[in-house]
Amino acid sequence: MRGGESRSRDAAASAAVGPVDVNALIGPYPFRYVPHPDPEVLVRVLEREGLRGAWVGHLPSAFYRDPAAGNAALFTALAPHRAVLHPAACVRPDWPRWERALREVVEQGSVAIRAYPPQWGMGAQDRSLQALASACGEIGSILLLTVRFEDGRQRSGIDVAGDLDAATIRAVVRSAPTTRVVVTAAGRELIEQVHWGLTPDERARLWWDISWIWGPPEDHLAHLFRTIGSERFVYGTHWPMRLTQTPRANLDLLPDDLRTAPLADAGEIVGR
Amino acid sequence: MKTTPAAPGAGTDAPLAGLEPLIDVHAHFLHAGTGRSDWDAPNAARFRAGERIGISVHVASTLGSWGHTSPTYFPSPADVSAGNDAMLELQGREGERVRIYAAVNPNDTAHALEEVERCVARGAVGVKLAASRRADDPLLDPICEAAAARGLPILHHIWQHRRRDWPGQEASDGVELGRLAARHPRVAFILAHIGGGGDYTHSYAAVADLPNVYLDLSGSGVDRGMLDGALDAVSPSRLLWGCDITIETGLAKLRALEVIGLTASAMSDVRWRNAMKIFPKGSFPAVERSAAGVAR
Repeated sequence: MRGGESRSRDAAASAAVGPVDVNALIGPYPFRYVPHPDPEVLVRVLEREGLRGAWVGHLPSAFYRDPAAGNAALFTALAPHRAVLHPAACVRPDWPRWERALREVVEQGSVAIRAYPPQWGMGAQDRSLQALASACGEIGSILLLTVRFEDGRQRSGIDVAGDLDAATIRAVVRSAPTTRVVVTAAGRELIEQVHWGLTPDERARLWWDISWIWGPPEDHLAHLFRTIGSERFVYGTHWPMRLTQTPRANLDLLPDDLRTAPLADAGEIVGR
Repeated sequence: MKTTPAAPGAGTDAPLAGLEPLIDVHAHFLHAGTGRSDWDAPNAARFRAGERIGISVHVASTLGSWGHTSPTYFPSPADVSAGNDAMLELQGREGERVRIYAAVNPNDTAHALEEVERCVARGAVGVKLAASRRADDPLLDPICEAAAARGLPILHHIWQHRRRDWPGQEASDGVELGRLAARHPRVAFILAHIGGGGDYTHSYAAVADLPNVYLDLSGSGVDRGMLDGALDAVSPSRLLWGCDITIETGLAKLRALEVIGLTASAMSDVRWRNAMKIFPKGSFPAVERSAAGVAR
């Protein structure tokens, strides 16, 4: 794609009035082929889907021991598209000098900090994870956690990390009283086990993307909107792992009384 | 700013997936014998979502008592019959928008054959085999012969690339279904829910060369690349649209197929024409009328 076309597409996407996708990634996945997980393609997808931007992580970094090289690749790859693709860098808190890494990626414009406790062997009581959560609050950044990349029934035999569990999310939120947390790719059961296990003040700092919540006939999304409130949810696609069309389809199929229920806006979460 | 993404065509009553016929070949309903006090709510939600999307016909089954009085995938004969009775009643009540599979447990072979005969006599249009016995087991042969004699397709529950036994079911994968399909070339087999768990690319390779095996697109899985792989493996002429227990993923897949660039004719194949070919003639009167209108 020529530079002019790229800028034109970026401008078109940034002019869109739709939501921001908080759960997008670029780069290959280690356990299966993922079609063209490239920022140029993501920009076109956002335009097609009417989304005005995306928080973008670097998929391979979740599986790197040291995510520094992945962050560098992320910033470089997104540089031509920064009007619509907002980097969400990765910081691993059990790695030496992680505090400096956090400051550097925030200075470079990371809109959120991605962390992957299951992939790093960190559980609910992990002190380093809690330290990262606190540091995110102090520096004014959002901590973004991922419950899963794939359905548990289809994972590679060597992908043994497991899903992020409710206890870890609760511990992170409780341990860092000023930190805003966004959790992606969660289902109803886990969301409820976390939400109702937090105080109202703690819940108010936590948002969930809708990329992995079931719609009808079980109507999990509708149930959560009614019980927890739609304002606790943000738009997320899990691109390039999952079809971008799914969250919109889910919203389209909400019962009539919820069809206009407002999601939280990613920009508003950043600006709080 | 709060955001509520607007649907394409929002504010209109037009079906989200358009006016062309749309057959869901993999639907389920609950009934009073399933032990859920809210059993009617998911049924109502399925119809609500179906109307919103524009589903012409839900081809559905129920797996016994869904675990209430015998296991979902190992239903007792009494629960098999009760579940089929509930579905026959629903079909009778809902008219042309519901058609049913006779769900059977092949371990009770005589009962299974009686159920096929009984349910077909009352309007069942296919046979549902789940995970009570491995797909390539000879116990399934008489059921397949009964289906062949009546021109019925068989929807078979599949765990894509089953590498071990999973709790609660004796699941089969594409290779095992392929062995059964090779033994019964007159029967159209529907390999269930490529998005329903496991490695679907294994299934694609397993059945690509078996012309009597069709892939149903249903399931909660919406991996990018899943639809492209299915199209490459069996072409649009052997794909069937369905939802199973997540209807939003069905709508998303329809929209993704449009983005992939299927021709209008290929989309019609996936939406309804392939189903019309493998189910008995007369199974879908409303779709037949609509198709006749299109032809004129």
